[in-house]
Amino acid sequence: MKLAGCLLLISGWLIVLAALAMLPDFTMRAAFVVSGLAVEILGLGLIARGQVTEQRREQALKQSISGMGSGTGFGGYR
Amino acid sequence: MTLVLAIFAIMLIPFAAAGLGLVHAGLGRSRSAAHALLATICVLSITAIVFVLVGFAWTGYAGGHSYSAITGDVNWNWIGAGPYMANGFGSDEASQQVALRLCFHIFAVGLGGVIAIGAGTDRWRLGAICVSSAVFAGLTYPLFAHWVWGGGWLAELGTIFGLGSGMIDAGGSGVIQASGGLTALAIACLLGPRRGKYGADGMATAIPGHNIVLVLFGCILALVGWTGLNAAGAMIFYAVAPGRVVLVVIDTLLAAAAAALAALSVTRFRFGKPDASLTANGWVAGLVASSAGCASVTPSAAILIGLVAGGVVPYAVELFELKLFVDDPGGSISVHGGAGLWGVLAAGIFAAVAPGMRGPQILAQLVGVATLLGFVLPVAYGANWVLHKIMPQRVDRDGDYQGMDVRELGAGAYPEFVVHSDEFVPR
Repeated sequence: MKLAGCLLLISGWLIVLAALAMLPDFTMRAAFVVSGLAVEILGLGLIARGQVTEQRREQALKQSISGMGSGTGFGGYR
Repeated sequence: MTLVLAIFAIMLIPFAAAGLGLVHAGLGRSRSAAHALLATICVLSITAIVFVLVGFAWTGYAGGHSYSAITGDVNWNWIGAGPYMANGFGSDEASQQVALRLCFHIFAVGLGGVIAIGAGTDRWRLGAICVSSAVFAGLTYPLFAHWVWGGGWLAELGTIFGLGSGMIDAGGSGVIQASGGLTALAIACLLGPRRGKYGADGMATAIPGHNIVLVLFGCILALVGWTGLNAAGAMIFYAVAPGRVVLVVIDTLLAAAAAALAALSVTRFRFGKPDASLTANGWVAGLVASSAGCASVTPSAAILIGLVAGGVVPYAVELFELKLFVDDPGGSISVHGGAGLWGVLAAGIFAAVAPGMRGPQILAQLVGVATLLGFVLPVAYGANWVLHKIMPQRVDRDGDYQGMDVRELGAGAYPEFVVHSDEFVPR
């Protein structure tokens, strides 16, 4: 999921570059630059979702280990 | 006069790195304090050498040699083509100006490299920090710095595409801060959280910074460094006259002050008492956001820029820590990444521009933001992911409990008076 997010980030940037190079009109250029940014924000969202999923999986693993009585769980350091 | 003033301003920049080093050390655990500050020194050393050997050739300077890609009738200036190892300096005035740029970049790239340490505090190995910062100084920073400060395509957006004055970033909100902050995001995601940060139920455990006095003193030092950074950047890259540099200093201070007060107010109303570490983060966020527009905004606009940066930072820190499970002890992602992007955008909104050029200027800044997100972040993430596969960047499980000082340096920062009941106890 993180890889897909990174690819979306790059795609969004390429849309911005293409808008600059290919569109002569300021309004259309602005619209496509904003669209490119929107794609990048989608990419960030996907990376965030991948991060959350990954951490939840690790927590579930910890919980299952803790449930088996072979761990003590985690507490604060102070 | 300008040369002497610029050199004086550049000489202040190390105070910003020292300030950030203290902030990162103070916000981490006591058992990793010496490691955090040693990492700061290592990053400053590695980045200086790598940048002189390779980075400056690719960064280049406006009017210098560069490589371009031509699509249709558009000339994209992509990368500098200067001599490696900073060779070829003469004693003429043109060479002095190039040397001045090199000197500024050496300190700036060091400052940018230090930022990621805040996100990796307590678990990022020293060797990995050195290699990662070498990649930052040799690849990420030179490319983006060339585009903005070296006469590259972002600087030329105005002349090529009619977008205002091109991307404005006098003090490096984008080039230094956002680049460093996005690298910090990549590092925090790759390293994962500190052990004990999140319980099995997904709840975040508070691991407070071990020395808030260091953090707050670091903030004061950072102000001194940032005034130099912004003043030097404005004079060197945007030819701001020495008389106007005073305004740059005033803008910098006002943005930091407004941001600190905004963060203090937000934490006071949310938690009942002001939070010192988040207020410190707010202060630095104000400095970060002030940089891009420091040479071209009014003092009242600087206050607005700071208010937004400082007001948003506590929420951003909370978002990353509680919702996204990104453990960032120093707040580098929110403070440098978030406020850096805001600073770039704010320069377009508030900078003095010619009549009718507000929209194009904002669009130029948006292109800069898109480039940071779409180029710098993937490159930083990809490069560090490869490094992580070759040499693991995270310390092993024992090191996580012992602390980085004992694990990597062999001795703690406070050997005589800090005892942890849970020290060395495997869990």
